[in-house]
Amino acid sequence: MSKLNRILSGLGLSLTLLGATVAHATDITGAGATFPYPVYAKWAESYKAQTGVGMNYQSIGSGGGIKQIKAKTVDFGASDAPMNANELGILGLTQFPTVIGGVVPVINVEGVAAGQLKLSSDNLVGIFMGKITKWNDPKIAADNKGLNLPDQAITVVHRADGSGTTHIFTSYLAAVSTAWMREVGADKAVKWPVGTGGKGNEGVASYVQRIKGAIGYVEYAYALQNKMTYAQLKNRDGHFVSPTAESFKAAAANAKWKAEEGFAEILVNEPGADSWPITGATFILVYKSQDNAASGAEVLKFFDWAYSNGDKMASDLDYVPLPGNVTAMIRKAWKEQIKDSNGKAIWK
Amino acid sequence: MKSTLLHQARLNQQIWLDMMFRGLTRLSAFGVLALLLAIIYSLVIGSMPAINAFGFNFLVNDEWNPVTDEYGALVPIVGTLVTSGIALLIAIPVSFGIAIFLTELSPRVLRRPLGIAVELLAGIPSIIYGMWGLFVFAPFFADYIEPWINDHIGTMPMLGPFFSGPPMGIGILTAGIILAIMVIPFIASVMRDVFEVVPPMLKESAYGVGATTWEVVMKIVLPYTRIGVVGGIMLGLGRALGETMAVTFVIGNAHELSKSLLMPGNSISSALANEFTEAVGDLYTSSLIELGLILFFITFVVLSFARLLLHKLGKREGQAT
Repeated sequence: MSKLNRILSGLGLSLTLLGATVAHATDITGAGATFPYPVYAKWAESYKAQTGVGMNYQSIGSGGGIKQIKAKTVDFGASDAPMNANELGILGLTQFPTVIGGVVPVINVEGVAAGQLKLSSDNLVGIFMGKITKWNDPKIAADNKGLNLPDQAITVVHRADGSGTTHIFTSYLAAVSTAWMREVGADKAVKWPVGTGGKGNEGVASYVQRIKGAIGYVEYAYALQNKMTYAQLKNRDGHFVSPTAESFKAAAANAKWKAEEGFAEILVNEPGADSWPITGATFILVYKSQDNAASGAEVLKFFDWAYSNGDKMASDLDYVPLPGNVTAMIRKAWKEQIKDSNGKAIWK
Repeated sequence: MKSTLLHQARLNQQIWLDMMFRGLTRLSAFGVLALLLAIIYSLVIGSMPAINAFGFNFLVNDEWNPVTDEYGALVPIVGTLVTSGIALLIAIPVSFGIAIFLTELSPRVLRRPLGIAVELLAGIPSIIYGMWGLFVFAPFFADYIEPWINDHIGTMPMLGPFFSGPPMGIGILTAGIILAIMVIPFIASVMRDVFEVVPPMLKESAYGVGATTWEVVMKIVLPYTRIGVVGGIMLGLGRALGETMAVTFVIGNAHELSKSLLMPGNSISSALANEFTEAVGDLYTSSLIELGLILFFITFVVLSFARLLLHKLGKREGQAT
């Protein structure tokens, strides 16, 4: 394993070196999650235009991002699933969120249009557990009076690849169901009780669109841009809500972020009448003790700029920007947690 | 005197060049061998944590649970073997038909265009087959073929359980059919090439004593070319075993062992393609690498078996004459 790691990181290093010779000397390098790649690329482009400092981001997947930051081949790593405080402590890393996304159940049921189907958390768990197998099951029908549900088998579609989306989705199922928590759990990839797997959001989306009676889950931006048939979900306060930027913001505003734990908050099942129950942030990983204070400071400057100027760009790409109180907490955390080799804060 | 010196110098240079060239060719040849050994070595080292943790059980365990860190390779192994098996089952007779038609039955004007068409099929990148499979073939299969299979074959007493399930269009059977379409051009063009080298005199002699076309094909052409035919089939099998993207698109990627061929499954290469990038944790990565090692082993065994078969066939041929 360590051998392979070395080979992989060696490969990463040579790629970074190759990039470094081409790019500007002060450019920032990062690698990791694919989900926020479009917005990071957009931010990088505007930031370069305004400041002359470029940001090279390789969207190689969260797992790859964590490997790269461990090998110190990049200035920052990016991951969709937060690392817990314990893991961060061992590696000497700290993390902070950048943008919020939501996960949306999408369906393909004859005669049911977008937003018409209402699902309670129990029913969603039941379907993904394989306990509810027909669309006209009385449990589903009870929440959907007036909707003509067909006598059709339910086909569950999930992600085949490890994914932050799956992490958020299974975290929600685990948060609302102890049975799910015990039998399946929450992770970037799990042992699904039923269903078939598609690769990437596009894989799940095309399976759902092609298989009659299918239900799957995709990233909100993906569902929106492909005009997929989404379902409403019942949130913690007992209201049925639709996935919109507003309902994601409501969830983010009601979350209890904790800077000292690296903001390791999965925004599922948050309170609030308008909160969408399945949301999650994507994260940036940096070292607490920066060997190269200058490049460390450049990374923070970039994200500071993005928090101040990047909200519109994020919204245009269907991400939800962080609320102002959260970005204030993040800046404060930078000052307290990220130091140079002499123990001085690099963020002023 | 001067000219012989010059001659000597040129000769020396020539010798030196020869030696360098020989060294280079040797380096290339042994380089491949070294690369092969290095790959095996790094696969073995990489899979050591999984081998230590699961041992032999890895091969027969159908669990694949990243949450509890428990892994077994049974589902992808079975998926790989079954999809490749289905592919060969379909591809061999069809390719045989194509090759016979092109060499024995087709009007002369059609031979070249048809032959080129078959070879072009072999050049299409596998991802195109995958997309075609997912967007065109799978919906068609789900709407028209699978309901029929369910109603007619799915109700049979013995075969039934293997052919029943919800009509999704994706699954082991679809993957096998797509693989068959992908390997047909390989097998067919090899078969055609070897059929073409059968000496016309042999065939014409057979026709001359009153043999039918069928008899000529079965008794003259096939025995004369069986080494090439087996080679072509093995080439196709090799491609089917390792095929990644096309299979990933249509196999359904579910780590579940199911009796029915209409249900989703997984293959070794598609599990690797799907999960390697996001596999965090030593045991998870290591299990995936061990899957790679197993695929390497399966391919190696298949190819050795093919060699053995060819060797045996060759021997028997020697005895016959």
